[in-house]
Order: sequence, then structure tokens, then C-alpha cells
Amino acid sequence: MNKRNEEVLLQGNEACAMGALAAGMRFFAGYPITPSTEIAEFLSAELPKINGNFIQMEDEISSMGAIIGASLAGTKSMTATSGPGFSLMQENIGFASMAEVPCVVVNVMRGGPSTGMPTRPSQGDVMQSRWGTHGDHPVIALCPKSVLECYTLTVRAFNLAEKYRTPVILLIDGIVGHMWENIEIPQAFEVTDRAKPTVPPEWYHPYENLPGGEITPLAPFGQGYRYHVTGMVHDRSGFPTLVHDEVEQCLKSITNKIKNNLHDIIDIEEYLLKDADVCVVAYGSVARSAREAVNMAREEGIKAGMLRPITLWPFPRFHLEDIAHRMKTFVVPEMNFGQVYGEVLKSSPKKAVRVTRVDGELVTPDQIFSKIQEVSS
Amino acid sequence: MKRYYICLSGSGGQGLILGGVLLAHAAVIDGKYVTLTSSYGPEARGGASRSSLVISNNPIDYPLPYKLDLLLTLNQASCNCYVPHLKEEGILIVDSTLIMHPPPIRHYSVPFTTMAAEAGAALAANVTALGTILGLTGVIKPASLEAVLQARIKAELLPVNEKAFKLGLKEGRKLKNHSEEYYIY
Repeated sequence: MNKRNEEVLLQGNEACAMGALAAGMRFFAGYPITPSTEIAEFLSAELPKINGNFIQMEDEISSMGAIIGASLAGTKSMTATSGPGFSLMQENIGFASMAEVPCVVVNVMRGGPSTGMPTRPSQGDVMQSRWGTHGDHPVIALCPKSVLECYTLTVRAFNLAEKYRTPVILLIDGIVGHMWENIEIPQAFEVTDRAKPTVPPEWYHPYENLPGGEITPLAPFGQGYRYHVTGMVHDRSGFPTLVHDEVEQCLKSITNKIKNNLHDIIDIEEYLLKDADVCVVAYGSVARSAREAVNMAREEGIKAGMLRPITLWPFPRFHLEDIAHRMKTFVVPEMNFGQVYGEVLKSSPKKAVRVTRVDGELVTPDQIFSKIQEVSS
Repeated sequence: MKRYYICLSGSGGQGLILGGVLLAHAAVIDGKYVTLTSSYGPEARGGASRSSLVISNNPIDYPLPYKLDLLLTLNQASCNCYVPHLKEEGILIVDSTLIMHPPPIRHYSVPFTTMAAEAGAALAANVTALGTILGLTGVIKPASLEAVLQARIKAELLPVNEKAFKLGLKEGRKLKNHSEEYYIY
């Protein structure tokens, strides 16, 4: 009981901003947009106190550009937005993927498409976070279900970004971002700082193909290391190339660094899956409804369980494949028309049904429970 | 305590989101688990606005209320809109300053806005109403909410809010002790 005295009441967005500071983020550029504004508001007050920088940019395109620049100068950087701003950021997110610049992009999802419903939540940007920018590119996207996870997953997003030299997207749905909950602020957690080059400037190549899949450290600008950064396909020194084996090398290396490390990147939560034959696949705030629905089903004697992708991209398809042989049906509730449902269909030959809701309200436990009943009768 | 569901509703600008935060923070001081969600339109004033709280002794999964144990409404539109979400035995409290046509069910009718104006600022109607809720239900200790007021309200606005809270609390206790007289259609 004593432990609970340490708890504080926090909003998801606030917890995200606090997590970013704890992870060592010292540069934020953004343009306020509901429902993500509290992140910028909090950081505009806190960053100057600790020698950090906060800039309100003229739009989301430049916000993304600013954090890429700050990151190349060696600072952990972040921006936060919602669907309409996320659309504008796509071009520069592609640039960050291609130039392998670590950064964190928070997207607090609201109802779309276009301006949609500013003050209503949704989960409509799942596919946009995977394929919003063009070309074959790597993506890591994390999805918190609670205020506590807004904190811990923001820290993790920075760790993954620095470790794999890639943009990481935090997909918070509007409910979690705007929800207040009591949490105990984590005190001990791992923080990954950017590796420093081990070679002198004259030997340094920022896109070196190191043996064993090791990732070349990114040298901060201003410390004697000079190199070229471009969105074009580049060779190991960063200059554009069209030599076909250098092109293939460049594109393979940005993709393979994620593909070869799925075991490290992917994180899931399993709930009552051991003996289950109906598996609910849910993420974000909907996973909270799903957990309650699973409990309701268990009370009725239905063997239901839940798998929650905490890492949405790369999608945990191998985890689904592993359990698919034991399952009769997958139930996929989402606040969209079935974006993760499609991934579940790809991952397993078993029957999958969806529960969709796009009216700006959270899928209720009753909706999921009645679908579980329907498929198990 | 099993889960207790509260909804504070009214129009934008009446301080219902802040009211929700104050109540949720007080619940945390009391050692409860709490989730607070809110719903509002794009307007800074006007439109419909509400805070929904789930208060429990156990961790909370689904963060929204099912049927409400307590509904506070500070304007006619929200009263019409949210009354169907009330439990059959749930408590309805309406601001009689602003609600001319309360629904034909048992409810407590309190002139929060007038009382707050007497305390010094009509804008403190939300805090007056919180006082009445605590006096009436005892779901959260009044001392916890007073501590939250001190922590979250600006120093220059604190005296009027504390006064408004005490007025509301006194009214709530009166209603509770004479419910046969006040809890009427």
C-alpha cells in the first residue's frame, strides 16, 4: 500500500513528454494540433529549464526537417502531431529512413481522413505509419495502451531509434493520449545513447557496411567528421550512386537492420493465451476493452485470450503464426475498418473476424464479447 | 468499493475538464485507481463538454464508464443528452440556475452558479458542484480535494475556489441528511 503513495495523476500526453525528457530528448520541433498539443505545451515549458530547445515551426513539414537536422547535430529529437500533420511529415520521414537519422515521431491519432474529427479518437493511421512514405523503407511503430506505457514506450522509442539509426513512430490513440490515470513514474530503466565513431574523421564513412550486421555509429556534425547526407540512394560515404550493387547494398542495409533484429524490436503482451481457442488481437486503448471482454468470455466458459502487439511495426506475424495452430478463430477489434485485421489474415490461415468502429468512440467490451460468443457458438 | 462511475457534463468553458482532473487527483490521494476521459468539441466556449471518471479499488481495464452512478449537469443540453446514461438508482444533480426543465426523475437541484457567484466568481460553479458531490456521496474525502485545490489552483484564485468548495460541501451534506425533502421529482 505504501508503494501506491508514490503515484501521480498524469495525462497520456504529459507522460509521453516526460518519458522523452527521461530518455534524454533535448530538441523538440512541432506545430500544435489536437489531440497532441499537450506534448508541445509541456515541453515548451520544461525544455528551456534544462538547456533544451523547443521550436514551434511554421508547419509539420519543417518540424520534421528540424528534428532531422538536430539529430544529425547529435541531439535526441522528437516531434508530435496528429493525422493531418503526420501526412505532411511523410516526405521527411522517408528522408530520415533513407539517411538513417534517428528521431521519434509521436502521432496521437484522431478521426480521419483529412481534418476528420479533431477531438475524437481513432486508430486510423496504422497503415499510414507503415506505408505513408514511398519506397521500401524500414519502420518501427510502437503503440501504448495506458498512461504508464506512454512513458515507458517513449523511452523505448528513443532507445530503438538510436540503436537502429531509424525514425521510430509512437502511435498513441486519442483516448490514451487524452486519458488521465494514476501511475508510478518509473525510476530505473535502460537508456541507449548514440554510439560514437571509433575511427578518426578521415577514415569515417557514415554508411559503411560493417560485418555481422553491426550498425555504423552516426557522427554528430560539428565535431570534425564531415560527410554527405542525402535522400538519394547513396554509397558508403553518403554521396549519390547509381552503381547497381551499391544501390542494392544501400536499400538492403536499411531494411535488413530491422528485419534481422525482430527478436529485439518486437514486443507483445499475451493474456490467457495458453489454453485459448479464440484469440483477440487488439492494440492501444481497444486492448483494454478486449481484456475486459476476454474476462467476460472466461466467466461464460469460453476459452478466449488476447494477443496485444505493443510493437505494431514490424508486425509480430511470427508470434501469430506460432499460436495459430491452436486457435479456431481470431477476433480483431479496431477503431478503423480493419487495418491490422489484414495483417492477421496474412499471418494465419485460420478464420479471422473483425469488430470495427469509426464513429469516434472506443470499441466497448460488450461489442467484442458478443463477437467472441458469436464465433465460439 | 466496486467501480464507481461519475460524469461531469455541461458546456465548454464551465470548467468540467478541470473539475474532472481535480476529482481524479483527489481520488489518487485517497489511494484509489482512477481513469479520467473527456469529450469536448472544437470550441473554447459553448458546445458540449464532459469528463468521465472511473474510480475503483482495483486496476481498471476499460477506461470509460458503463451506466453512471452519478451525473452532474450544468446546462440543459447536457442534461437532456446524458440522463439516459444514468443507472436506475444513479444520482442526478442539476444546476438549477441554468437548467429550467429538469427531467421527470428524482434528482437534486442546486443553484451552483448562483452560489459560486455569492462566493466571489460564477466561474467557480464547477468547484461548488464538486463540494456538493463529495458532501452527498462520500466517494472521496473532502480533505483530499482541498489538498488538490491547493496544488492545482493558482494562488490568487485559491480563496474564492476554497470558499466555493466549502459552500458546495455544506449544501451536499444538507441534501444528504434531508434527502426525503430534497431528492425529488
